[in-house]
Amino acid sequence: MSESSIFITEERIEGEDEGPLAGETVAVKDNISTAGVRTTCGSEMLAEYVPPYDATVIERLTGAGATIVGKTNMDEFGMGSTTETSAFGPAPNPAAEGRVPGGSSGGSAAAVAAGEADYALGTDTGGSVRNPAAFCGVVGIKPTYGLVSRYGLVAYANSLEQIGPLAPTVEDAARVLDAISGPDDRDATTRCEGADSDYASAADGDIEGLSIGIPTELVEGADEGVREAFWDAISDLESEGASYHEVSLPSIEHAVAAYYVIAMSEASSNLARFDGVRYGPVTESGGNWNEAFAAVREQGFGEEVKRRILLGTYALSAGYHDKYYKKAQDARAWVARDFEEAFEEADVLASPTMPVPPFEVGESLEDPLQMYLADANTVPVNLANLPAISVPAGETEGLPVGVQLIGPTFGEKRIIRAASALE
Amino acid sequence: MSEQSVDAEEVRHVAALARVDLDESEIEAFAEQFGEILDAFETLDEVPEIEREDDLENVMRADEVRESLSQEEALRNAPESENGYFKGPSVS
Repeated sequence: MSESSIFITEERIEGEDEGPLAGETVAVKDNISTAGVRTTCGSEMLAEYVPPYDATVIERLTGAGATIVGKTNMDEFGMGSTTETSAFGPAPNPAAEGRVPGGSSGGSAAAVAAGEADYALGTDTGGSVRNPAAFCGVVGIKPTYGLVSRYGLVAYANSLEQIGPLAPTVEDAARVLDAISGPDDRDATTRCEGADSDYASAADGDIEGLSIGIPTELVEGADEGVREAFWDAISDLESEGASYHEVSLPSIEHAVAAYYVIAMSEASSNLARFDGVRYGPVTESGGNWNEAFAAVREQGFGEEVKRRILLGTYALSAGYHDKYYKKAQDARAWVARDFEEAFEEADVLASPTMPVPPFEVGESLEDPLQMYLADANTVPVNLANLPAISVPAGETEGLPVGVQLIGPTFGEKRIIRAASALE
Repeated sequence: MSEQSVDAEEVRHVAALARVDLDESEIEAFAEQFGEILDAFETLDEVPEIEREDDLENVMRADEVRESLSQEEALRNAPESENGYFKGPSVS
């Protein structure tokens, strides 16, 4: 299974004849349920799973006229930053040969970069839309928590994740967001702010008077070439009428630890449903209930998924809950407060999306901790439930660099407008 | 180097809690990695207690019968079923 592929399943789901996206195509990450089309989450556990119903975002896309062209490759259950933990082999990076496409929505970003679809849907739990957007040189949006329904999304860390669009341009990404956002009575965490939205018209490039805050903590640690591309982008924005100032987010040094404790804890609970009874592989294990479950889960889950389930179980277990999980929730509230304060003085915040250019294939698999630390710039946004966009901002040594623009809660229009000025 | 040492026995214990069988090489690798990763989580010790101002509201709906999956659809992905029910391993 070493051949790299953008899609796990290539099957079409035709959209309505008319609508704002009529005649256009969308590739969908394979953790979003599609009725009658298998949905694997990049896992052996769901290799044969065919959902009996559509996710709300699928109904909305096809209702808007879009045709789904396939289910894209991804890190298993969204757990990874390179799309190399997929049970179906890695995905290519059409913008940088020999490099990973990022992850976990790597197949979705690659589909857009390679022109296999006009747009794509990914999901972003700790950066999984923005990271591959940056690595593949496309645009990706992580919406405010509650803007887009998660009904039909196979849960990994449900308090952090949102479905978001990837596209070649900011306006296109905004058009897809217009199609999928808004309340859904099947997801009680959705809010009304996204109803009847018109994000696309905000992509007008008009940033006269825009105030940009730059969190120093998210720039200092980045590679030199990435920093250069980032400051060039800030200069471009200045020349178009924006101004910038530096801000400090003291909580941010705890964000990666807080994110991983919360995500792993939620994963250990969410993935408890995979017991081989309602879906999953058949094993030969006789044994009792517990033995049979443990055998199915050994066979069905890959290494990174096991690692996160075990660490999450550990963080929630007796004697450790207060030390890890409770502290992580404090850190989460602290990060949210730091962002709130920063937005008192700034319209948007800007940073490099990823502190590094795309990894070489195979580079990060051996050292999970190093891979986690590369998420430093994206995870704070999920902890604070905020919207953010990654937009291409040139290259370093021929490799794509992305700039991340972060907005206040439901400030999607602001980040879309600011990002459009970089195109 | 890791201060937060995790031994194979602890990995086995957590794996049993999580109902995931592991082979010996996985147990060994995880014991080493978990020490390093938990070391990195130590940074949370410095986080002060933060008062949370979550503005949460219950979302309610009427408790009315509505259409749902058919039994056949619900069972379609099950490796084994019997008389319209999921068939699981024996409980004891």
